Amino acid sequence: MTSLPKPRGPLSTAVTSALRAVPDEEVGRIDLEPESTDDAAVALWMLHELSYGGFDGVDDRAEWEPELVRVRLRLEQDLEARLRERWPGVPEGADLATDFFDWVADHDGPSLARHVQTEATGEQVLDLLRVRSVYHLKEADPTTWVIPRLPIAAKAALVELQYDEYGVGDPARLHAHLFARGMEASGLRPELGAYVDEAPVEILEQNNALSMFGLQRRLRGAAVGHLAAFEATSSMPSRRLAQGLERLGFPDQMVGYYREHVEADAVHEQVALRDICVALVAEEPTLEADVWFGAWACLDLEDRTAHRMFDSWGVSA
Amino acid sequence: MLLRGDHVVVDDAGNEHATTRPVSAVCRCGKSASKPWCDGTHKLLPAKLRP
Repeated sequence: MTSLPKPRGPLSTAVTSALRAVPDEEVGRIDLEPESTDDAAVALWMLHELSYGGFDGVDDRAEWEPELVRVRLRLEQDLEARLRERWPGVPEGADLATDFFDWVADHDGPSLARHVQTEATGEQVLDLLRVRSVYHLKEADPTTWVIPRLPIAAKAALVELQYDEYGVGDPARLHAHLFARGMEASGLRPELGAYVDEAPVEILEQNNALSMFGLQRRLRGAAVGHLAAFEATSSMPSRRLAQGLERLGFPDQMVGYYREHVEADAVHEQVALRDICVALVAEEPTLEADVWFGAWACLDLEDRTAHRMFDSWGVSA
Repeated sequence: MLLRGDHVVVDDAGNEHATTRPVSAVCRCGKSASKPWCDGTHKLLPAKLRP
C-alpha cells in the first residue's frame, strides 16, 4: 500500500489532514491557496491517487468526498489553464494524419535518453529511475480511464494498445510489472509511494496532467493526443536508455524493460495516431484542437522535466 | 507496416519470426536493429530513404 507523501505547503497539509479524517470526522471547507506549484502539485497528485491505488491509512471513501473533489477540480482548472496559456495552439495548416510524426520529430527538447546513453553516471540514472517510477509503476493506467469515453473504432484500438501494455494477458509481461522488476534488480524499492517525496514538481505535473486528461470526459481529445506524442517519443529514446543502462552495468531486467519498449512503442505510436487519434477526430472533429493540445502538453512537460533533471545534476542540457 | 494477430514473418536470411504481440510493426526501411520488427530507425533516415 502506498504511504501518503509529505506535504509541501499549507494546501497539501490540509488535504493530508482531510484524507485522514474521512469518514469518521467531517471534512471542513479547505479555503487555502497553494503556496507554490509544489504544494499544488503534490496535493493534486494525492487526490488523483485516490482513484488509482489509494493510500495506507486513507479510507477509500475519500475519493468521492465532495470537498476533496472540489479541491481537486480547482487544482485541475489551474493546471489546465497554465498549460493552455503556454500552448502555442494548433500548428498552422497541419494535418493530423500526415504531419503529426514530423511535428513531434521537429520538437527539439533536451534529451535525457541521449545523456543516459552516453554520459550519465550510475547515480544520475538511479535518480532518473526513481522519479520516473512515479509514472511507470502505474504505466498505462491514466490512459485506461479514456476507454469508455471513445467512439467504437478508437475504443477498439485503444483497448488493443492497452492489451499490449498490460502484458497481452500475462501479468509477467505487464509493463508496470516489468519496470518494478527492473527497479528491484537495480536495488531500488518497487513501490509507488517510495520516491514521490523526491519527485520534483515537473514530474508531479506530468503525472497530474495525464490523470486529469484521463479522468475528465471533456479532455478525452487531449488524453489520446498525449498518448500519441508519448508513444511517438518512446521507441528511439528507449533504445538509447537501454544502451546507457547496459553501458553502466544495470541488470538485464532493467535493460529489458526499455528494450521491450523499443519494439512495443514502434507499434503503439502508429496505432495511437492512426487508429485512435485520427479515428476519434473523424467521428468528433471538434476534438482535433484538443488532440494537438494533449500532444503538445506531453512534449512540453517532458522538456521541463528534462531541464529540471539536468539542472539538478549540474549538467548542461 | 502493421500486422494484427498471429503471423510468421520470414526475413532475408530465411529465418522465421513469429509475432508475439496483438499488433506488430514490420520494418519497411530496412535499417531496424531489431529486424523484422520496426524499432523506429526510419525516423533517423533522410526523407528520401524513408518508406
